[in-house]
Amino acid sequence: MIATLLQLLPEADFLSPTIDWHAIAPEMVILIGSLVLILLDSFKLDKAKPFMPTLASLVLLGALIPVITLAIDGSTRVLFGGSYVVDSMSLVLKALFLVSAYIVVLMSTNYVADGDYWESEYYSLIVAAVLGMLVMCSARDLLMIFVALELLSIPAYMLAAWRKGDEKSNEAGLKYYLMGVFASAVLLYGMSLMYGVGRSTRLDVIAENLVRIGDGRGAPIVTLAMIFVIIGFAFKVSAVPFHTWAPDTYEGAPTPVTAFLAVASKTAGFVALIQIVFYCFAARPDIIQPVFAVLAILSMTVGNLIALKQTNVVRMLAYSGIAQAGFMLAPFAVIETNREQALSSIVIYLVIYAAMNLGAFAVIIAITRKTRSAEITSLGGLFSYMPGLTVVMTIFLASLAGIPPFGGWYAKFGVWQALIGGNTALGYALAIIMAINTVVAAYYYLNVAKTMWFDEAPDGDTAPVKIPFTLIGAMGITVVATVMFGVLPGLLTNISDFSPVAAALGR
Amino acid sequence: MMNFLNDWGLVLTIFLPLAGALVMMAIPKQSEGAIKLVALGAPLAAAAMGILLMLNFDYGDSESLQFMVNRNWIELINSNFILGLDGLSLPLLALTLFIVPLVVIYSWQHVPNPGNPKAFFTLMLILETAMIGSFLAQDLILFFVFFEVTLLPMYFLIGVWGGEQRRYASIKFFLYTLFGSAFMIVAFVALYFLAKAPTGIALEQLRALGGSYADMQAGDPLRSFGMQALTYSGAAGIAKTTAIVIFGGMFLGFGIKVPMFPFHTWLPDAHTQAPTQGSVILAAVLLKLGTYGFIRIAIPILPVAARAWAPIIGILAVIGIIYGALGCLAQTDMKRLIAFSSVSHMGYTMLGISTLTAFGLNAAVFGMVAHGLITGLLFFIAGSVKERYHTLDIKRLGGLLISAPKMGWILGFATMASLGLPGLAGFWGEFPAILAAYEPAVGLNVALFRTLMVLAAVGTVLAAGYLLWLYQRTAFGTPSEEFENDPNITDVNKFEWLAWSPIIAGIVILGFFPGLIFNVAGPAVEVIARTVGG
Repeated sequence: MIATLLQLLPEADFLSPTIDWHAIAPEMVILIGSLVLILLDSFKLDKAKPFMPTLASLVLLGALIPVITLAIDGSTRVLFGGSYVVDSMSLVLKALFLVSAYIVVLMSTNYVADGDYWESEYYSLIVAAVLGMLVMCSARDLLMIFVALELLSIPAYMLAAWRKGDEKSNEAGLKYYLMGVFASAVLLYGMSLMYGVGRSTRLDVIAENLVRIGDGRGAPIVTLAMIFVIIGFAFKVSAVPFHTWAPDTYEGAPTPVTAFLAVASKTAGFVALIQIVFYCFAARPDIIQPVFAVLAILSMTVGNLIALKQTNVVRMLAYSGIAQAGFMLAPFAVIETNREQALSSIVIYLVIYAAMNLGAFAVIIAITRKTRSAEITSLGGLFSYMPGLTVVMTIFLASLAGIPPFGGWYAKFGVWQALIGGNTALGYALAIIMAINTVVAAYYYLNVAKTMWFDEAPDGDTAPVKIPFTLIGAMGITVVATVMFGVLPGLLTNISDFSPVAAALGR
Repeated sequence: MMNFLNDWGLVLTIFLPLAGALVMMAIPKQSEGAIKLVALGAPLAAAAMGILLMLNFDYGDSESLQFMVNRNWIELINSNFILGLDGLSLPLLALTLFIVPLVVIYSWQHVPNPGNPKAFFTLMLILETAMIGSFLAQDLILFFVFFEVTLLPMYFLIGVWGGEQRRYASIKFFLYTLFGSAFMIVAFVALYFLAKAPTGIALEQLRALGGSYADMQAGDPLRSFGMQALTYSGAAGIAKTTAIVIFGGMFLGFGIKVPMFPFHTWLPDAHTQAPTQGSVILAAVLLKLGTYGFIRIAIPILPVAARAWAPIIGILAVIGIIYGALGCLAQTDMKRLIAFSSVSHMGYTMLGISTLTAFGLNAAVFGMVAHGLITGLLFFIAGSVKERYHTLDIKRLGGLLISAPKMGWILGFATMASLGLPGLAGFWGEFPAILAAYEPAVGLNVALFRTLMVLAAVGTVLAAGYLLWLYQRTAFGTPSEEFENDPNITDVNKFEWLAWSPIIAGIVILGFFPGLIFNVAGPAVEVIARTVGG
């Protein structure tokens, strides 16, 4: 039976691909690391528990080494017949994921141990999700992208429900899971249509076919497929109107997991969008530009307006994250006329957003160690008893609001530059809408700062609380990054000058 | 010496206060003595640097930028760390360096409630760095960063140390300014993409800047945020309507900061609620960022649009003058009255600017410094009155000349200066601005500007009215019963003398020797007026 089937295959022999081990070394380190974590847990049980955070950190930082050597080498490596590419942009993003995950591990160390949650599994799941993110950075193939997406999502579903005893956490996990699976289904349907008209799973081949099809036969299917795929990822990056899961999930999930979802997971969604849009859908800007413009405008406006009303700081950050996603979606809408700047502005935004948002969550974890609540009012009077923490939080809030000299201003500036540089009416309109939204957003960020600085402590309890050194480390890294990126944005623009990448993907 | 100043002079002037702020953070909260020493030392060090720069400044060549620093900053967008000092920046730099140490001296005895001198002075030093940086930056993005950095410290100064309505006032101040600057940055980015290399002499000047400009041809995209380069370009290659829209973005950014009618509503709230020190800095320096922005950035870079906008600016300025004055007459709170008088006085500055002539611009520069000194002094006095009487309700005050005669006389001096008495600085800020409106730049509507001139002149009468009225009600008469034998009401103390006498001296000196500023700023604004064709 099998023999007859094999005979039906074309004559071509199956050649095992030559594998550039250096190029996939980061992924290999993470893969082996996550297996080690699982095995240690299985054999040593509780004895291994105290070492798990350290081990996970070592794995994540260890994977950075090959990323750095690859960056020094600098050449673009193409693997698996073009479906896996390691170039300068993918390396920047990989480093971003590894460092973000490392900071999340720092933030989790005491949180998970103090809360008496399962520890070993927690870290192996985080590392497994990071593997999916790394693959996403290099994937240039629909299947590869889908596998990467599932690999990073499934651990996240479980992590969101990690506080098993808490109803809210269960709700968070379930909601995230159902919405995530639904989004995957939509995405997969879009991808299958795309495969049908594009006749390949490779993004570059599909792009060629899209150009060939143009407005001819199959054009409606192309439109449908593109919109489905974009909607699938819009769920992942929590763009309005596909955002409804985010606030509940963020509030219910353990805070370090929330940070992981809000930063790493969202970034992964954007990376997937970058791959698919810049390498493939850019062939039909007439279809995708309006879609992205609508998503961006809705996300930034609705996200901001709802954030204004929040009384819980984590929910506020969830909605603000939706608005920030809107800012990041905007450059996609000028992809036709300003491709290079659109690309680099999105990547720069992702990097800065990771630093300031992770930092904000780290401070919230530190504060809730004392207040046991994430209500904004519970932050009152923080300046009087923990001034250092207040200043750090203020820096993150100011950065999120886009006030110099903290990183956020350059992120927003980059987007404005991309939008205006495109010199299209749509770009100018988006720039103006974004300017107005920036001001709205400043209000609720400052509202938190106001509570910390101006108000009295709610119950008169002004005993400072001890902050574990891992959390201090997490805050230290993020605050230094936030300030450095704001004062010397050149550091960032030098590594994110993707003009060669962008040039290579010109039609 | 000269080499040192050329390389480091401006950088040190900007960042010495910030260095002081960083040192301050390392000092424990309890050692107030050390904190105050740093708080005074850092601005004084910056002022010493500034004096050195001013002594070595080539006054014969005050139209060109001196002590220039030019370093790479953000290469990708060709934004550079460019600093420079010319006749336009110098008076404002001097004003900032002059006022901040005095504010620190004034705060010596007691930091306003709820105390915490460490945080208070740290914020003030950060604010000083940002203000100086804004006046010296010669790159739009660098300017924008400094301009924005002023926001947060001021927000906290008002919000933490302010009056009862401080929360509302601080957020209003913040959001208003941020709204303007968001449009300003969009305008800057649009300039970056649209401006092209000019033709003729301007092209030669542009090429002389060197770097990427050296081999530019007319019509090449400029792709620069450098103020000099953009000024030489003079919006070449930008269609008139586009330029007018871009100017509109800047108008929002700078106009809100000034503040111009109808964007002034944040100012009375911010001033009334801010602690004395905050009000002084806000009035003396921060408002000038707006007017400075018009003269340094908006007008020379977009000359054609500036001519289109000039009548609108002029009309709004005069509305501001009259409206501010009428607003003053309706106030019952002394501090709020002074705040409204700021709206009115900044109107004269904007009127001077709107004429687009060298004369008008020069009057505006003088007006900025004069207003900074006089209104700063008025806010100082209001603060001291509040401290003694615990109220600024004009109805309840009175008899200041009896209970605290020296302070009463100083208040009298300040009101006289503010209403523009000849021989004091205020006169040279207002009178030439009004005069300039008689003969606006060629091509502007003369009839309109002459009407504005008449209305502005009416404003001076109103100014005399509200200021004398204020003085009469607070200083004359006998103290009301509740304050008659109040032991808290003492006369000017030594810290107040130390803080106020330099300002008083400054007002008199500038009143008698207006050339000190006119001659320095003159050549610089003349170049700008020439680019607009005035």
